[in-house]
Amino acid sequence: MSVAPAEVDLPRIEDESVPDKPWITLVWNDPVNLMSYVTYVFEHVFGYPRSKAEKLMLDVHRKGKAVVASGTREAMERNVEVLHGYGLWATVRQDA
Amino acid sequence: MEMFRRTRDGGVRTWLSDGEAELLRACVTATIDLMAGDRKDRPRRTIIDDLEELFAAGPDPQVPSDPVLARLLPEGYRDDADKAGEFRKYTESTLREAKKYFAQTVLDTLPERGGAVRLTADQARDWLRAINDVRLALGVRLKVTEEFEDQLAALDPEDPRVADFTAYGWLGAVLDSLLRALNR
Repeated sequence: MSVAPAEVDLPRIEDESVPDKPWITLVWNDPVNLMSYVTYVFEHVFGYPRSKAEKLMLDVHRKGKAVVASGTREAMERNVEVLHGYGLWATVRQDA
Repeated sequence: MEMFRRTRDGGVRTWLSDGEAELLRACVTATIDLMAGDRKDRPRRTIIDDLEELFAAGPDPQVPSDPVLARLLPEGYRDDADKAGEFRKYTESTLREAKKYFAQTVLDTLPERGGAVRLTADQARDWLRAINDVRLALGVRLKVTEEFEDQLAALDPEDPRVADFTAYGWLGAVLDSLLRALNR
């Protein structure tokens, strides 16, 4: 097994990498969280208007999950941390 | 009748019986114990302890085997154990502290033997999260489904789970009323 030399000569290809696909915050349905509570959390965590928060809540409820935000991986991880603080079942994923 | 009312300063107020205050106290105390978990016997943690843990070699922490803990401290990534482990390593202790803090707010604002409760808007949001955590824990233990009312109705009146199901339902009503007061 050989050890790679120190990183003195990074391949140029790094500069040409395609822009990253965005990351997303997913919220999954669960039988416990009240619909009114989930709506409240979306309004307060993301600052969404009531109508958008309700639509997302209904998506979670009916489809089993919903994408509630997208952006950098760091921002999505921060979202998930906050949503876990509220007891929502949230995960991060890179958009397919 | 509404349980919670909005106050002029943006908070909420209500009145709890002795039994209701006692139930809430027992529930959030259970959350605090659960979140303290295996750290209870350790000496007071310092920033240095946290940093040492963060930089320690070895595998990242796994999802807790207790299903209640797994629900309160869920995975941050699905279908990617490496990322999930790394996320847990950096966030789990903060999340445990947050949940203990919300539960402690309830303990600090509950009247000793029932009576008037007045909460600021911030305290009310801590109550929301603390009560929701209790519902999550009870929900997992009781294997609650979205047809919770049917589950309760199907139980034999002598079944010891009736009390827990009833508490679960009551906590839902408390949460709903608190939300309506905050949204007003």
